[in-house]
Amino acid sequence: MKLLVPVKRVVDYNVKVRVKADGTGVETANVKMSMNPFDEIGVEEAVRLKEKGVATEIVAVSCGPAACAEQIRTALAMGADRGILVEHDGVLEPLAVAKLLKALVAKESPDLVILGKQAIDDDMNATGQMLAALLGWAQGTYASKIEAADGGLLVTREVDGGLERIQLKLPAIVTTDLRLNEPRYASLPNIMKARKKPIENVKPADLGVDVTPRLTVLKVAEPPTRQAGKKVASVAELVDKLRNEAKVI
Amino acid sequence: MGFSRTAEQQEIREQTLRICADFGDDYWLRKDREGTFPEEFFRAMADGGWLGVAMPQEYGGAGLGITEASVMMQAVAESGACMSGASAIHMNIFGLNPVVVFGTEAQKRRMLPPLIAGADKACFGVTEPNVGLNTTELKTRAERVGDRYVVNGQKMWISTAQVATKILLLARTTPLDQVRKKTDGLSLFYTTLDRSKVEIRLIEKMGRHAVDSNMLFFDGLEIPEEDRIGEEGKGFRYILHGMNPERILIAAEAVGIGRAALAKASNYAKERIVFGRPIGQNQGIQHPLARCWAHLEAADLMTFKAAELYDQGQECGAEANAAKYLAGEAGFTAAETAVMTHGGMGYAQEYHVERYLRESLIPRIAPVSRELILSHIAERVLGLAKSY
Ligand SMILES: Cc1cc2nc3c(=O)[nH]c(=O)nc-3n(C[C@H](O)[C@H](O)[C@H](O)COP(=O)(O)OP(=O)(O)OC[C@H]3O[C@@H](n4cnc5c(N)ncnc54)[C@H](O)[C@@H]3O)c2cc1C
Ligand SMILES: Cc1cc2nc3c(=O)[nH]c(=O)nc-3n(C[C@H](O)[C@H](O)[C@H](O)COP(=O)(O)OP(=O)(O)OC[C@H]3O[C@@H](n4cnc5c(N)ncnc54)[C@H](O)[C@@H]3O)c2cc1C
Repeated sequence: MKLLVPVKRVVDYNVKVRVKADGTGVETANVKMSMNPFDEIGVEEAVRLKEKGVATEIVAVSCGPAACAEQIRTALAMGADRGILVEHDGVLEPLAVAKLLKALVAKESPDLVILGKQAIDDDMNATGQMLAALLGWAQGTYASKIEAADGGLLVTREVDGGLERIQLKLPAIVTTDLRLNEPRYASLPNIMKARKKPIENVKPADLGVDVTPRLTVLKVAEPPTRQAGKKVASVAELVDKLRNEAKVI
Repeated sequence: MGFSRTAEQQEIREQTLRICADFGDDYWLRKDREGTFPEEFFRAMADGGWLGVAMPQEYGGAGLGITEASVMMQAVAESGACMSGASAIHMNIFGLNPVVVFGTEAQKRRMLPPLIAGADKACFGVTEPNVGLNTTELKTRAERVGDRYVVNGQKMWISTAQVATKILLLARTTPLDQVRKKTDGLSLFYTTLDRSKVEIRLIEKMGRHAVDSNMLFFDGLEIPEEDRIGEEGKGFRYILHGMNPERILIAAEAVGIGRAALAKASNYAKERIVFGRPIGQNQGIQHPLARCWAHLEAADLMTFKAAELYDQGQECGAEANAAKYLAGEAGFTAAETAVMTHGGMGYAQEYHVERYLRESLIPRIAPVSRELILSHIAERVLGLAKSY
């Protein structure tokens, strides 16, 4: 089984993001960038499938500026076999990324694409589903467990109110949820090996994909600061405040 | 000279910091209080293959330079692990360089892989109680008896001896009054630390309680000839060879401590409100912190300049010494400033900077003191008369 694993370059989850002064986006200059944590879970799952003998080859893909090669290297150090960088400066919306991935699927013919359920920068939660729709493939989103079964996959999904198990026919799309696994740290020997693994560089035009944005961002603003809470002395006072101050009852 | 790190060095830093993130300040404070070796941290670094960063690839290492090893050790210290973390793995990183350079093929095959894998822990036995920094006068005697040596004498300050399985030992094989040059007559051994022949007594010390330092009393320790590194009588020269890289690593670690302290202090200065505003809004608080940053970054530049020279096979004695000196002072001053910035809380263990301060004194004292560094620079760089 051949796997395609997209990895997105995002602002590191430890960074406290700041809105740009002109309100057009968030500050990314001199900010630590990392692989989207859900994609890291995707890479880990792919490597585990390979270690179990289910998968044979793992191709890591990143769409974005040249610096995305860093995230591909991280995926290679975790155990992916080779990388593809779809180089593009500027905004890439989920639909554009899904189209780029569709074009790569046509080129690479993977049996399974494992994406993160969302990226922690724009929280779109869309690329995996869009790719499944464009390809007409089965999809198992919010996966918390993936097992090979009957020539396909048994995927446990985290849905509102519990877990759902579905059987997927291959080829398929899976998107990862937080509890699927705990990604490994790259070991030093594997970081060294990753340097020798190839990364292919392509442009959206090479894949015949128009990535022109279709959405217009009007304004990016900080969420309002939360007011400090209040302590009340009695139930009566609480009810009074809810009724007369908060006006919610 | 490049001022920025390569992508690979950056990745080494990031990945080291990730491992260290699992061993936060509370872990190190607990280890410091208990005085127990940070075995979990040691294992995590060994299992990730990090101990072999600067060891040759043929023996299981990554074959990288002192620059990369410094990047990694700095990240360890900077994570808040300070010397508790750095000293726990320091010997595995570069301690066996004399074996790499002067050992036989058979010795390398036997000695390096277990150290890189973390199966062996080694300690480094040079300092003696009655000799001090005047290393050529070492007294611990290794007397040749047939195909082995028998060791008697004392060593002082030997770190990790409580947990070590091996010792890299510098001892006298020819009495001082029988050598031609005073740098002759010492030999280097890498051998099993046989506790039935070596008494190891813990030294109660100021900080870094997780990593022990000890007095060693040798009472007839037998060392087979095949554990001698290089030629008999040339040990001092072999040790000298590894001194510059050791100073560079210690310098990188000291900068790491300083950065950890500065980060804590800056955060506290932003959040602590006194007289109606954050204390960090006062220049009396800001300026010392900004000065610390400037000194730390300058020391860091000297450290990586020395590392680059070493990795290029160039002479780096003055730079390595200067880096250790500058970084030791900058790390200490940053730790002290961090304590003072915290006011009373700087003295409380839960804010961790008091531990940083205690540990920041080590790179000032060991492996060579400030005074001897300055004497060395005065003599070798400035051409002044030797004073010691
Ligand atoms: C925590 C810790 C861990 C250590 N771990 C190890 C270890 O694992 N292995 C090991 O072998 N050693 C270890 N050491 C020992 C360390 O390397 C020595 O303490 C250091 O080299 C200084 O030697 P000394 O203590 O004998 O000082 P001394 O030589 O007694 O010097 C005392 C003071 O006098 C000054 N001085 C001496 N001569 C002169 C001079 N001519 N001019 C001006 N000033 C002078 C020195 O600079 C110093 O300030 C460790 C030390 C510490 C504190
Ligand atoms: C071991 C110990 C024992 C103690 N025992 C007692 C005791 O028995 N009884 C008791 O009442 N207290 C005691 N204290 C508390 C001690 O008096 C206070 O810690 C000290 O007064 C500093 O106050 P603080 O910790 O709140 O510092 P903060 O007021 O928070 O000050 C933090 C830092 O900001 C600086 N700073 C604040 N404002 C400004 C400004 N405007 N401009 C420039 N710098 C500024 C301070 O100088 C300091 O460096 C003790 C403290 C210690 C460490």
